[in-house]
Amino acid sequence: MLENIRLSFKGIWSHKMRSFLTMLGIIIGIAAIIAIVSTIKGTNEQIKENLIGSGDNTVEISLYQGDWTYEMGYEGIPAGVPVINSQMMEEIKNIDHVVGASAYLSRQEYEVYHLNTSISGGNVLGVDNSYFSTCNFIIRRGRGFSEKDYSQFRKVALLDKDSSDALFQGEDPLGKTIEIKKEPFVVVGIVEKSKVFEPTINSIEDYYTYSQDASGKIYIPNSTWPIIYQFDEPQNLVIEVESTDDMTNAGKSAADILNSYVTTSDETLKYKAEDLLEQAKQIQQLSQSTNSMLIWIAGISLIVGGIGVMNIMLVSVTERTQEIGLKKAIGAKKSNILGQFLTEAAVLTSMGGIMGVVSGIILAEIISRLSEMPVAISVPAAVGAVVFSMAIGIVFGVFPSYKAAALDPIEALRRE
Amino acid sequence: MILDLQHIFKDYNQDKLVVPVLKDVNLQVEEGEYVAIMGPSGSGKTTLMNIIGCLDRPTSGAFELAGTNILTLKDKELSNVRLNSIGFVFQSFHLMPKETALENVSLPLSYAGVKKKERKERALKALTRVGLEDRATFMPTQLSGGQKQRVAIARAMVNNPKILLADEPTGALDSKSGAQIMELFQKLNDEGVTIVMITHDSNIASHAKKVYNIIDGEISQAAEKEEDHEEKN
Repeated sequence: MLENIRLSFKGIWSHKMRSFLTMLGIIIGIAAIIAIVSTIKGTNEQIKENLIGSGDNTVEISLYQGDWTYEMGYEGIPAGVPVINSQMMEEIKNIDHVVGASAYLSRQEYEVYHLNTSISGGNVLGVDNSYFSTCNFIIRRGRGFSEKDYSQFRKVALLDKDSSDALFQGEDPLGKTIEIKKEPFVVVGIVEKSKVFEPTINSIEDYYTYSQDASGKIYIPNSTWPIIYQFDEPQNLVIEVESTDDMTNAGKSAADILNSYVTTSDETLKYKAEDLLEQAKQIQQLSQSTNSMLIWIAGISLIVGGIGVMNIMLVSVTERTQEIGLKKAIGAKKSNILGQFLTEAAVLTSMGGIMGVVSGIILAEIISRLSEMPVAISVPAAVGAVVFSMAIGIVFGVFPSYKAAALDPIEALRRE
Repeated sequence: MILDLQHIFKDYNQDKLVVPVLKDVNLQVEEGEYVAIMGPSGSGKTTLMNIIGCLDRPTSGAFELAGTNILTLKDKELSNVRLNSIGFVFQSFHLMPKETALENVSLPLSYAGVKKKERKERALKALTRVGLEDRATFMPTQLSGGQKQRVAIARAMVNNPKILLADEPTGALDSKSGAQIMELFQKLNDEGVTIVMITHDSNIASHAKKVYNIIDGEISQAAEKEEDHEEKN
């Protein structure tokens, strides 16, 4: 076997130009596939990151009525939906892969003012202190909420960057007063996600996906919530999980726990986890189906390349008739000859495959530079491509190799 | 008895025409013999050599090589006979042009499944036997015709065959190199190697201890050699 591989390299090397041209079909096919796969993978990873937020593995669980989040009227919490208590929180925190959990109140609010500036469609969130650590917030400026803020019902607020930009427009918000439903709150700090995540907006769909995120949030201690709103309201839950892949399952389990406490006769009222991973997968599938078409087309070039290999192997067998005849005369079995030529075909196409992977990676990098699309090199795809091209060599090498092995040594030796 | 051919016939079919090439050939070669088969081109001597070399099968007849009935063997078994029992030497050497002398000589060993290290040792020993140990790393293009043929002989001898089969071994050589090859054959024969040599050249054939003539597919023992003459005279 090793001997055959050595002979193959010798043979390929002695016909450098011919071997390269033979490999070219394989090189182009593999390069195209690697470039396409890398682009798909890059785009997919970007979609996943954009939707989910890189490294911030949090899942939001909210009360839904049918397909929509439950809209609070004046009636308060719906009958049969309990307020999330510490026992439920314990259960949720015990779910596998859940790192932290925090319940909070949230409302979309149009009546938030600083002097005459308002923010349209911002969210006011009533949170406890665990919220910021669960969602990986850091206090960028000022301070966070203290125990006393909660116990003494202090009307203090934290802003995120979007809401502070919208309300203060460059002014320093610290110590200033804002009004939420005509109640004054003092801004004590600015919070920020510890891992900054800036989605790339490529399309109008992307814009809608992220616009809700960008409208600004105002955080107040949950103990002060009833000052502006009602006492009992349905809560949202946010859980932090170990990794992105745990999001779907942990979110579902948490929603199930909450739902087990819901006793309402209204079947449509349910807690649901916002499944970003699922959304990401759907978008990925969409891009994948268009690209699998391209892979098929590239696959055709591999078949063409394989036929080229078969062609040149047939030429090679004819050229080396004497060599084959001699080898058979001095005792080579059919299987020896078959093995030698099959190895040569496989080595040839494997080399083509390796060169194809390298040029595919280069091609993908060029595409990403030119189109600003992200690329991610897939190691399994690269390994698979080389193995596949080796298989092409074997498949298309069978016929010429068999022809070589079946040569009559007398005829073969007679040819001078 | 190394070779025992009994009533060998060989016909070729050419366009529905049956052309007889060998007609009732009987040939016995004892171990250690040095035999030449001499005949003009078209006499059937190459066909006979192909049959002896287990490359071709006769149309009818019986053929035993070292006691083995060759005609009942399958292709794969014939390969093994060629590998282990026969050493071929050709007119045009048939060396692998891109391999060194040593690699050329070790080629049959690789088919015999000999390990790499042993292969090298045995190939070197075979090269030494033909006096080319200092040319082991040379490519065939760097060797003279006579040296090439000696490499080919080393390759034929490397598996210690029962018989060395040479087809016009000096046909592509000048007379001086040819003479050297004949000296080498003589030396090998003295060491006990059985040699069957096919040639059209009576000068070359005269080096053998026994000469057969083959004409139109019929074989006969040729004009007696000197020692036979002496016996008769």
